Amino acid sequence: MTKEFKRPDGRKVDELREMKAKVGVVPNADGSAVFSFGDTIAIAAVYGPKKMHPQHQQNPAKGTLRCTYNMISFSVSDRIRPGLSRRSTEISKITQWALEPVLRIDRFPNMVVDVHINIIQANASTRCAGINAATLALAHAGIEMNDLVSSVSIGKLDKQLVVDLNKKEEDFEDGEGATDIPITFTSTGDKITHIQLDGKITTEQLKEAVKLGKEACKKIYEVQKTALKNSLEEKNDK
Amino acid sequence: MINKSNLIKQRIEKYLAEGKRFDGRTPEEFREVIIETGVSKHAEGSVRVKIGKTEVLVGVKMNVGEPYPDSPDSGNLMVTAELLPLSSPRFESGPPRFPSIELGRITDRGVRESKFIDLKKLCIKKGEKVWTVFIDIYSINDDGNLLDAAGIGAIVALKNAKIPKYDAKEEKVLFGELSEESVPLSKEIPLPVTIYKIGDNLIIDPTKEEEDVSDTRITVGSSEGVVFSMQKGNEKSLSIEEFNKVMDLVKKTEKERNLKIAKFLK
Repeated sequence: MTKEFKRPDGRKVDELREMKAKVGVVPNADGSAVFSFGDTIAIAAVYGPKKMHPQHQQNPAKGTLRCTYNMISFSVSDRIRPGLSRRSTEISKITQWALEPVLRIDRFPNMVVDVHINIIQANASTRCAGINAATLALAHAGIEMNDLVSSVSIGKLDKQLVVDLNKKEEDFEDGEGATDIPITFTSTGDKITHIQLDGKITTEQLKEAVKLGKEACKKIYEVQKTALKNSLEEKNDK
Repeated sequence: MINKSNLIKQRIEKYLAEGKRFDGRTPEEFREVIIETGVSKHAEGSVRVKIGKTEVLVGVKMNVGEPYPDSPDSGNLMVTAELLPLSSPRFESGPPRFPSIELGRITDRGVRESKFIDLKKLCIKKGEKVWTVFIDIYSINDDGNLLDAAGIGAIVALKNAKIPKYDAKEEKVLFGELSEESVPLSKEIPLPVTIYKIGDNLIIDPTKEEEDVSDTRITVGSSEGVVFSMQKGNEKSLSIEEFNKVMDLVKKTEKERNLKIAKFLK
């Protein structure tokens, strides 16, 4: 690994973009949060647990977690047509799977918890920002969880591993090009609840990438914790 | 069973008879408006409009396309609204239903009929290439009066929008690069206001609670006493006398409403 690798925005290889998190941003919702990596801003709201309708979808064994991920039309330069796409359908499901391992959804038989994620401004890593916002919104809603999750995208630009890809890096074309590995961990454990990969990487380097991801998620977890604590303090002040 | 909304309705009407509302406003008073611009760097123009606890995002995007056959020398305008399930327990995912279609169309009419955008100036090559202006509305929190929030958002977002750079040789829009040029707009600011009827009372800017118990509503797009667009919604009727009062109320409240929004229009 070369230490002098220059990232397009001058960050160190293991440096995340500036993160911001705030909970309680949608008054109507049972829980809500915004989370951002630099210019990537995700907002999430939780409604539920509530009775599942239609009735035939009710599961008497455990509750249902339902996630929807959606990019708003002007979150990117080239306008997105409003409505569901194949991409957003997949990310919605991935998000659900990323969150379910920490959620005590088994406590809510026949119920459903809805998590709605919207990307307001996009500069890559939108699904990771969405998952980070969603986990905060679920905690804010007071739904029992064993842990939070923290999500980050690890990239490989040519041969160099980097943390938290932005759009410019995603489109990197020199040498071996860009490999994008969004990955989600339980925040205090080391369980992987979501991982995807697009590109080209050796198994050895991929192991390295996962390690790097875990380190980055520790920093994300701190931001998430602070956001939750702040919301409680605000409440106490009132 | 006791009908809860009927009790609330009775109480709201009782208050209104004394000229009062639950949140301490007068019937003709708008809530505080907060507008933040540049919500998305990737939009040509974008705003967050907060009216009390109600919040919407409105963005303007532009692209070059073919004109409609009946207006070969005019740009196109397209307004869509999405009532995000994120913004209220009442909104569900899926194809757009009537309320979001109505929200988009009423906002569209307010912008279009007032000729706020000079669409003729958005023609690049007659009959072949014109700009299309997309205005997209997203609800973030619905605490009543999304109609006015969307309409105000559309106007302010347009005011803040810059046209993307266009490569005339390649006939391609250079997305992500904005020119210094603003969207050609008229001087008049056609802000919408919706008047709601609750019992015998007329109010503006309802909270969700008030909206729920209202009998009917009229959205009026106007500027300095001139009306450009109007639409009545909901089943109940309105007498001519009441309609005249609506018109008076539109005029009477205009100054105060404009004042609340003027500081964000510069």
